[in-house]
Amino acid sequence: MANLASNFIGIKSPNPFWLASAPPTDKEVNVRRAFEAGWGGVVWKTLGSEGPPVVNVNGPRYGAIWGADRRLLGLNNIELITDRPLEVNLREIKSVKRDYPDRALIISLMVPCDEDSWKDILSRIEDTGADGVELNFGCPHGMAERGMGSAVGQVPEYIEMVTRWVKKHSRMPCIVKLTPNITDVRKPAEAAKRGGADAVSLINTINSITSVDLDDFAPEPTIDGKGTHGGYCGPAVKPIALNMVAEIARNPVTAGLPISGIGGVTTWRDAAEFMALGAGNVQVCTAAMTYGFKVVQEMISGLSDYMDRKGFTSTADLVGRAVPNVTDWQFLNLNYVTKAHIDQDACIKCGRCYIACEDTSHQAIEMGPGRTFTVKDEECVACNLCVNVCPVENCITMVEMPKGKVDPRTGVPVGDYANWTMHPNNPSSQAAE
Amino acid sequence: MSNSQLTPGIVPARLPAATYADNFADHEPPFDVHEARVAADRCYFCHDAPCMTACPTSIDIPLFIRQIATGTPDAAAKTILSQNILGGMCARVCPTETLCEEACVRETAEGKPVEIGRLQRYATDVLMAKGVHPFTRAAATGKRVAVVGAGPSGLACAHRLAMKGHDVTVLERRPKPGGLNEYGIATYKATDDFAQREVEWLLKIGGITVKNGVTLGKDVVLADLMADYDAVFLGIGLAGVNALRAAGEDLPGVQNAVDFIADLRQAEDRAAVPVGRDVVVIGGGMTAVDAAVQSKLLGAENVTIVYRRGRDKMSASGYEQEHATQTGVRIIYGAAPVRVTGTGKAEAVEFAYTEDTPEGLKLKSETFTLKADQVFKAIGQTLAGVPDGITIAAGKLPRNPAPKLWCGGDCALGGEDLTVTAVAEGRDAAEEIHVALMGTAG
Ligand SMILES: Cc1cc2nc3c(=O)[nH]c(=O)nc-3n(C[C@H](O)[C@H](O)[C@H](O)COP(=O)(O)O)c2cc1C
Ligand code: SF4
Repeated sequence: MANLASNFIGIKSPNPFWLASAPPTDKEVNVRRAFEAGWGGVVWKTLGSEGPPVVNVNGPRYGAIWGADRRLLGLNNIELITDRPLEVNLREIKSVKRDYPDRALIISLMVPCDEDSWKDILSRIEDTGADGVELNFGCPHGMAERGMGSAVGQVPEYIEMVTRWVKKHSRMPCIVKLTPNITDVRKPAEAAKRGGADAVSLINTINSITSVDLDDFAPEPTIDGKGTHGGYCGPAVKPIALNMVAEIARNPVTAGLPISGIGGVTTWRDAAEFMALGAGNVQVCTAAMTYGFKVVQEMISGLSDYMDRKGFTSTADLVGRAVPNVTDWQFLNLNYVTKAHIDQDACIKCGRCYIACEDTSHQAIEMGPGRTFTVKDEECVACNLCVNVCPVENCITMVEMPKGKVDPRTGVPVGDYANWTMHPNNPSSQAAE
Repeated sequence: MSNSQLTPGIVPARLPAATYADNFADHEPPFDVHEARVAADRCYFCHDAPCMTACPTSIDIPLFIRQIATGTPDAAAKTILSQNILGGMCARVCPTETLCEEACVRETAEGKPVEIGRLQRYATDVLMAKGVHPFTRAAATGKRVAVVGAGPSGLACAHRLAMKGHDVTVLERRPKPGGLNEYGIATYKATDDFAQREVEWLLKIGGITVKNGVTLGKDVVLADLMADYDAVFLGIGLAGVNALRAAGEDLPGVQNAVDFIADLRQAEDRAAVPVGRDVVVIGGGMTAVDAAVQSKLLGAENVTIVYRRGRDKMSASGYEQEHATQTGVRIIYGAAPVRVTGTGKAEAVEFAYTEDTPEGLKLKSETFTLKADQVFKAIGQTLAGVPDGITIAAGKLPRNPAPKLWCGGDCALGGEDLTVTAVAEGRDAAEEIHVALMGTAG
């Protein structure tokens, strides 16, 4: 069993799996159950200013999309920050932290965009024993209409300003949680760094409408005949989150800035992927909301097995390992040639590769007698579509052509590394004549 | 009555009255909405799907399953019924394990095919429960066609012809339409009078008149039909039953399995149907299995199917054989009847073991005897009542023996003797008749 102990910006936890700020972390009863189940840390459900708490809708607040067998793939919510009084939350945080000193407990905050509000809330949480704060600049609905959440997270200057206030009025480590509802995630991350953030966490949820009621003609979840966009999360958002994490990790301006990876983490593998792309730890919300807290046990055993297999002795060995391999398209090797190959023994003869390639790709699969499917190397452009649509894992694989061998499609031998910047078709190519 | 499983002879009411309803309840209960969605999710929407090729009526299976998966079972039903107007019955009686489901790629992948038959039943049940008939007739052509036999092929032919705008008269010798769907299918496969409900629903297309109790060769002759109508379709089935050609065949207690199955289907009260204590069924097809299983369900103490060849030669599928043995039926392979013995009635059957030799099946010297107060013959049906002037080939009628005359279903050449094959042949004959009458397809 590998050592999964994690040290994220000085905050220690027995494993890198934290629960993200959300309903699973909204109350003492939940958080205690989470810690008993094995979660390394929690980011408490976002607190607002002192005074009457926010109110939530009283109709449905979640929507979803599903894959086969009604497996939940994407969840959407129109929930606001905690709707319980500040004092109650603070008392509970203190009590949980006292009983679980080895677990990370971070407080998520969202208050109006003025220095006094931030100064005040920071003083209120001072003596809870919490390990750090996370600034929620991400919520895309409700709170954003009131100038908070993603309304702040979409303006780098505000992020920098608020982060500065927080660092000025608190000694606690400060994580800035970013919204994905922007065009270039590097800008808010840079702003957080300039403001003095110890880390960024991402992603918060994505603006979304999950479905439309086709009888009432209203977005779902529908509240008395109307709907509003919500925040999207769960397995469906993982690819978006992974890219944003990688963009920050490989940006020279923010390189080395610790990242807490969030968005669709459902299995140990998802977590390992976030970490390989530069996340020091991960946060999870939808997987817990779908399956309960016990899922962390699979994440722990899975990551541990993987690290043992790889000979990693600490999670630090994994973090950022894939970052150097994230590059721009223009630097990809155009002389790397592969061809699809269909394993006839594994093939169940559904013909999906055939029709996908025939109708929408390169007519590179032949359907022979007895429903035998074979790849025509002279047509295959190696797009990978057949691999993606095949229901049997590893039945179709991409086989690399060795250097020097003639690609039957182009008639050209496989050459040495050469990318677009060197390609003769590129008007600004530097290639030798 | 105080009969029990142990009462000797052929007697009714061997079981407590309450058990019959359970025993003859729906063999495979219908899917509910959730089960249908889960089952439909498993379909891969294969290209040129092997299941579709395996279906004698070529139903677009991936399409109808996708229509179920997306919450439109009515559209799914229409996809099914446009190829196979008796898709509801076929969903119940097709040996899917040797047709579409055997071809399913998930059978190859994990030994568990998509449950195509049950999904088909789900879609057709949903539509039929609404009383909707999704097809309409083309403009009247003024042509008249006679269809002899209201079995699956005749009904499929009549429906397709009516849809094309022709007027159809169906002549049926039995008191009810449906053919084997009404008289030949095991009771637990078509519960709740499904065969009649399906016929009523089919006739909603309009333009079809069914006349029951009209026998070809007796009440009406082919020559007159040919003269009176623009075309004639014969779907007369196989009305004869093969003889055992064993001594003692005429003893009371020796019966045709098809008659027993029909009587049971028509019985208002299953308990009133008499059955032996020791039942022996001779044969290897679906009829043998249906007779044996139902004897057991009626309370026979011992039921044995004896088939003259090996397990793999048996025309009842592996699934059917398993169903029989699970019900408590014993199957003996590789033995043929030598004589039925008894004084004044059947009491036992003597069998000889057989040997498959290059010169054909031979009886060995080893014999055995099974106690039998009731013996069912299920060794195949034959063509009977062939109208004069038609030359039969390989025991069957040609598909198009004369101008203006078509044949289909079990009585005709081609395909297996299955409901679904009969439907395909009836439908295809209708298409050909239409072309012949109108000089053009469409
Ligand atoms: C119902 C719901 C409520 C949420 N509330 C908050 C919140 O109060 N503060 C916050 O920072 N993020 C909130 N989030 C966002 C999650 O913390 C997380 O960033 C997001 O769900 C992506 O992770 P996931 O794909 O593992 O769910 C909420 C998410 C959900 C589903
Ligand atoms: S990789 Fe693309 S082009 Fe090649 S066979 Fe597969 S689908 Fe066709």
